[in-house]
Amino acid sequence: GKPRLSKFYQRYSEDTQQQIIRETFHLVSKRDENVCNFLEGGLLIGGSDNKLIYRHYATLYFVFCVDSSESELGILDLIQVFVETLDKCFENVCELDLIFHVDKVHNILAEMVMGGMVLETNMNEIVTQIDAQNKLEKSE
Amino acid sequence: MPAPIRLRELIRTIRTARTQAEEREMIQKECAAIRSSFREEDNTYRCRNVAKLLYMHMLGYPAHFGQLECLKLIASQKFTDKRIGYLGAMLLLDERQDVHLLMTNCIKNDLNHSTQYVQGLALCTLGCMGSSEMCRDLAGEVEKLLKTSNSYLRKKAALCAVHVIRKVPELMEMFLPATKNLLNEKNHGVLHTSVVLLTEMCERSPDMLAHFRKVRQLSSSQLVPQLVRILKNLIMSGYSPEHDVSGISDPFLQVRILRLLRILGRNDDDSSEAMNDILAQVATNTETSKNVGNAILYETVLTIMDIKSESGLRVLAINILGRFLLNNDKNIRYVALTSLLKTVQTDHNAVQRHRSTIVDCLKDLDVSIKRRAMELSFALVNGNNVRGMMKELLYFLDSCEPEFKADCASGIFLAAEKYAPSKRWHIDTIMRVLTTAGSYVRDDAVPNLIQLITNSVEMHAYTVQRLYKAILGDYSQQPLVQVASWCIGEYGDLLVSGQCEEEEPIQVTEDEVLDILESILISNMSASVTRGYALTAIMKLSTRFTCTVNRIKKVVSIYGSSIDVELQQRAVEYNALFKKYDHMRPALLERMPVMEKVTTNGPAEIVQTNGETETAVLETKPPPSGLQPANQANDLLDLLGGSDITPVIPTAPTSKPASAGGELLDLLGDLNLTGSPVPAPAPQIAQPPFLLDGLTSPPLFNDIAAGIPSITAYNKNGLKIDFTFERSNTNPSVTVITIQASNSTELDMTDFVFQAAVPKTFQLQLLSPSSSVIPAFNSGTITQVIKVLNPQKQQLRMRIKLTYNHKGSAMQDLAEVNNFPPQSWQ
Repeated sequence: GKPRLSKFYQRYSEDTQQQIIRETFHLVSKRDENVCNFLEGGLLIGGSDNKLIYRHYATLYFVFCVDSSESELGILDLIQVFVETLDKCFENVCELDLIFHVDKVHNILAEMVMGGMVLETNMNEIVTQIDAQNKLEKSE
Repeated sequence: MPAPIRLRELIRTIRTARTQAEEREMIQKECAAIRSSFREEDNTYRCRNVAKLLYMHMLGYPAHFGQLECLKLIASQKFTDKRIGYLGAMLLLDERQDVHLLMTNCIKNDLNHSTQYVQGLALCTLGCMGSSEMCRDLAGEVEKLLKTSNSYLRKKAALCAVHVIRKVPELMEMFLPATKNLLNEKNHGVLHTSVVLLTEMCERSPDMLAHFRKVRQLSSSQLVPQLVRILKNLIMSGYSPEHDVSGISDPFLQVRILRLLRILGRNDDDSSEAMNDILAQVATNTETSKNVGNAILYETVLTIMDIKSESGLRVLAINILGRFLLNNDKNIRYVALTSLLKTVQTDHNAVQRHRSTIVDCLKDLDVSIKRRAMELSFALVNGNNVRGMMKELLYFLDSCEPEFKADCASGIFLAAEKYAPSKRWHIDTIMRVLTTAGSYVRDDAVPNLIQLITNSVEMHAYTVQRLYKAILGDYSQQPLVQVASWCIGEYGDLLVSGQCEEEEPIQVTEDEVLDILESILISNMSASVTRGYALTAIMKLSTRFTCTVNRIKKVVSIYGSSIDVELQQRAVEYNALFKKYDHMRPALLERMPVMEKVTTNGPAEIVQTNGETETAVLETKPPPSGLQPANQANDLLDLLGGSDITPVIPTAPTSKPASAGGELLDLLGDLNLTGSPVPAPAPQIAQPPFLLDGLTSPPLFNDIAAGIPSITAYNKNGLKIDFTFERSNTNPSVTVITIQASNSTELDMTDFVFQAAVPKTFQLQLLSPSSSVIPAFNSGTITQVIKVLNPQKQQLRMRIKLTYNHKGSAMQDLAEVNNFPPQSWQ
């Protein structure tokens, strides 16, 4: 249960963060393939108002923890869009890509979700912005 | 010093580590290298080092020494540096460190930078972790960016504004003028974030909400029609490749708009009317084959349910939910069950139509779905379908996971109590629950059941026979054994005389009955409470059985030296009953009278403070003063028998019971309407007149202190209890007594419990006290409310029992209150 990327939009101490990651993995890895993708969050993650919504791709679990103001089915779609964007940015993304380019993945995520809220869902728009920023970096 | 390794190298190295210790070693080495590099103030490699530091942080290693370095990176001119610097700031810094304030100036400069990406980075960071001080300083900049024509920046500024509002709500006004033009954008990203901003504003402040609802000035149109228009364009427009997700154009935006419409339309007729058409359109036109379509439909349904929509629309919504239930996708079913649960109270009939599907969901493999289906099933039980539903629910109880059993059992009891078609059915159902899920039944169910059994007089023989047969085989399930022992104690004579009409009577001898009770007493599996029940039952049988009285005497005397204090006390008292007070024995151990139910409603969690054990003690312990022959003993029994039911209804709903039906019945929960997510609770509950008089219309008690003098009911050992009275205008037989307990000693009295008993012609209801501690020196009081129903207008008398801890010892006292003023009961 190693984290490949973790982003918290609320303040937790480092220990709490690690504990949350461990607990989340524990909950999610127990799930069967054919059950629904929603879980009530454990005690650490804000209790009953927060849900864990996850999707399983190959060896990776993408887990989003949301409160009641987000639509559950919408988040499932968001995860899908996120993965497709990663695919576009990395050319047939696989887990190794994500491992070795953590910072880039963070940047992509930052274009989609900001401050805990969904910023942009248009794949092409996101990719364009990321490309432009990368070009800027390279030119320096 | 050699150039620090790249991030990629570091990751590769760490992955080769085979044990945790090896990994830690590598990381420590690298940390040391990074630290020395930082000390050298090397600009070229700083960003590389910080990137590595962030990676190590993600793995869980401390990285706080990099915080200042992040700041230096942010201040640098290079975009690469800034990028990593801001990322590091978001991951490593938070409001608790003072360091973050240093960022403010950097962010301010960057917000005005010429490159939009830098501005974007700054907005992003501010929006993620800006503290309230930072937000206050920089709100002006954010607001300026909200008005820019650059859509990339505008959408980021909108979300940043949301964060600012969350941190510093007073600044909301500042963003109001900028929002006017937000919805005129074509760019979906901006539209999306603007809707989020508007949603946040409307949710936070009712003034904003009102502002957005009403007609705006001059040319700018109303918000609701604007939203409706955007939504319509989204649906109607053809294929638009950029925002398309599985064939539907920009579902995220659609969902957001629907949510905002929901907030605008809630409790507002005009807005709701404006939305009706578009909602119907979305509901019927959206394709449901993919998750996306379903997401939109789900949101639409929620919106329809929340606003004041017309009934046709509501039925449409519920039908959509019904269709969801049949969907193969588990997520959809889960979501449908959740929404149905929310709507079942308002649109009960419509949901009933889908009852069979819901019941099928009980058999699903998924735990989350099962739980939802169970809650929903309880909410749907009514007089017509109770037999069928019960069958399904009992079957479910058999096969479900242990975590459900307690909730399911309580729910079944509740539903059975409300809708039982016949007493026999009721008792059968209870028996079934006790035998299948016996050990999971909640403790407070036992007194409820006992009361129920007492009340069904004609079923006594049947009940006791069935219970006897049930525990013959297996007496490990405590609640079952408790109820069974109690019944055998009460109705043992019926059992041995073989009087059962409903079933084949079985042949049982008195010895066999005593055998089973004794084995319960001896068994290791029996809890202490159960043993108490069994012993009392044996004792009661001494008056009902004829040939085995000596055996009973022997058993009772054995337990006079039991280690368990409770058992010992009982046995000693019973012994005394055999010896000195034998003349009183028949009267004291008489059949329990039919307990008058003071309350027929409330969730199964009602705690009866005078449960079985309490009753037993009160029954057999004769009060010290002036006890005469049998008829007065009868009186005493009446007095205490009538008080057996003094339920304490918690004044605030504690943990929400699993059965949503419980919400309907929890009257006090009904009154607690603040912040309730469910729209207006259904008012059409079958109501016993007594309680609702008191609860739902407080202003009925007009002549409060006006005529009735208050009395001091008890004053001893520094504890003083005052009674103040109120009479109801509409129901003259109801008297409300408020007791105030005060403590004039110099030490607090803790664990204070007040109990009251009234003569049989009265009914008593005790509400829960304000606390259980009376502070010393009269510095505070405990208040508790008692409601007395006195239909025959007899003189009010009351016997009170007080228990509390004082000066480290437990105190207890019994007293009689006779000085009630005539105005309180005439």
